Amino acid sequence: MSDTLLSVKNLVVEFPTRRGILTAVDNVSFDLERGEVLGLVGESGAGKSITGSAVIGLIEPPGRIAAGTVHLAGQRIDNLPSEKMRRIRGDKIGMVFQDPLSSLNPLYSVAEQLVETILTHKGISKKQARDRAIELLDEVGIPAADLRIDDYPHQFSGGMRQRVVIALALCADPELIIADEPTTALDVSVQSQIVSVLKKMCSEHGASVILITHDIGVIAEVADRVAVLYSGRMAEIGPVRDVIKHPQHPYTKGLMGSIPTITQEGDRLTQIPGSMPRLTDRPPGCAFAPRCEMAMSACHHSHPSEENVGTARVACHLITKMGAVA
Amino acid sequence: MKDVLVNVENLTRIFDVSKPWLNRVIEREEKKTLRAVNDVSLEIRRGETFALVGESGSGKSTIAKMIVGLLGLSQGKIDFDGIDLSQPDGAEMRALRQRYQMIFQDPFASLNPRWRVNKIIAEPLRQFDMESSESDRNRRVEELLELVGMSAKDGVKFPHEFSGGQRQRIAIARALSSNPEFIVCDEPTSALDVSVQAQILNLMRDLQDELGLTYLFISHDLSVVRHMANRIGVLYLGRLVEVADGKELFRNPRHPYTKMLLNAIPDLDMTGRKVAPPDGEIPNPINPPSGCTFHPRCPIATEQCKREIPPIRNSDAGSVVCFEAVCA
Repeated sequence: MSDTLLSVKNLVVEFPTRRGILTAVDNVSFDLERGEVLGLVGESGAGKSITGSAVIGLIEPPGRIAAGTVHLAGQRIDNLPSEKMRRIRGDKIGMVFQDPLSSLNPLYSVAEQLVETILTHKGISKKQARDRAIELLDEVGIPAADLRIDDYPHQFSGGMRQRVVIALALCADPELIIADEPTTALDVSVQSQIVSVLKKMCSEHGASVILITHDIGVIAEVADRVAVLYSGRMAEIGPVRDVIKHPQHPYTKGLMGSIPTITQEGDRLTQIPGSMPRLTDRPPGCAFAPRCEMAMSACHHSHPSEENVGTARVACHLITKMGAVA
Repeated sequence: MKDVLVNVENLTRIFDVSKPWLNRVIEREEKKTLRAVNDVSLEIRRGETFALVGESGSGKSTIAKMIVGLLGLSQGKIDFDGIDLSQPDGAEMRALRQRYQMIFQDPFASLNPRWRVNKIIAEPLRQFDMESSESDRNRRVEELLELVGMSAKDGVKFPHEFSGGQRQRIAIARALSSNPEFIVCDEPTSALDVSVQAQILNLMRDLQDELGLTYLFISHDLSVVRHMANRIGVLYLGRLVEVADGKELFRNPRHPYTKMLLNAIPDLDMTGRKVAPPDGEIPNPINPPSGCTFHPRCPIATEQCKREIPPIRNSDAGSVVCFEAVCA
């Protein structure tokens, strides 16, 4: 029996614009088990961040969840009034964003921000909260945490700031952490530090994570399963090893081929012609059809349904037709 | 036979980062300087792609800007095809200036949003009086657009009508319009998505084969660099710590910093290797560590490394600046 923490079903997010309704996320479904790390990858505009925001009820009006449901630990959370949702976000969900400087308040010391957050969610004394805060900073690898806790965000370097943000996200012992491009603003050597902190903290605290990133390398290091989004739709979802080593969807295949790696031989990268369609002129059938080498006539007319292929779930007409692509 | 196109010797750039004069007087502070580039020497051979890698603040872009003349030199010398770039007078400089171009990182900032694409691409042609008539110029622009994989009809559009990848193609077409031999590419794909990055990298390689271009390729992404470069220079805090042939650097990194960088690359092959993430972060360049600037993060540092700046050690495989590294 699997233990599902988060269940997203047929999620549709729409933004009304002057030129009609934009469907930023179109019929996306996935489950997240307790303690699992799910990677959401895709190119810019694929809808990864919007999916993340929709799950935690942070879609800015006039955008709205037009259809679908989100259940967190069995409770439906997509239709809650904002005040109730705010409480759930505070108690059960932690967030780590791309830019650590904008998620910390520059006018308060790190101690004040951590202690306040801990006090809000836990009925403990101020002294205990401060000890807890130092413990958290120590866990995320900030040297001399008891001395640095009274520093202000600007006194920390980028990597250290991101560690503080991770500590902040863990204050309330959340069940779910949404990490939106947590390493994008960082250098490679610092990135690998943060990735390992994130990995360690999640397994130690037993939190499930949705890791949103465009960097498949990071996903390969951290995630258990990965969902590939294309133009607001799910292209492929499955265990990270299978998706990276044996991608089924032509887009995932192209994407994997287009990443230069340090071990590959051969000179040319596989390239996918063209670029992702804008959401305003998404083609009628499969959104990837105009760039797909293997597109058939069905691909241009109807949107493929998601089929199970081995351990993965893939939305492609080729799969539907042949059972599986070799 | 080495055919050196660009030769850089002891290049240094010092920025003044002091507070204003009045603050210095009141707060009794000294002038502060920042050595963004520190005694860098390198050769770029004709027809090759020389890559510079390093983390933010290592001085990669500063070197690029100095080579194309967008920034002055504090010390050192740059030779282009045997001519010292600080020497020539106006007319000579203009002739030289035609022979090297630059591609910038952000294609959203490097194209004038109020100009149509054909005006953007024709600008170097007009600057250097390369085509005599308007119709010749237009024909050349059409040729260039097709060369970079776009349609000749795209010339009448404005930059905002294109995606990031297409804009970078336009920037490449503009760089190619004066028939340069040498192109400085400063992070040309880091603003792009991976699938588009692959298109641009392939295009740049094709153009190099077709037109015999020489690239100075700057990037923070080691896997992109491995794919593009013949030779690679690794920068740390403004110093060139290792130069080696592309494949060799990855097979047999010698400087401890290079090893650390290679270790930090996420493992896409899922070999399940266990890596210890690197220690520490780049120190503040205003107040760099003594001796070898890498010593606080270096696993094999000795007392000597803390005191003295290591010499450049050359071997067949390249050069490395380290006391301890094994030069095999």
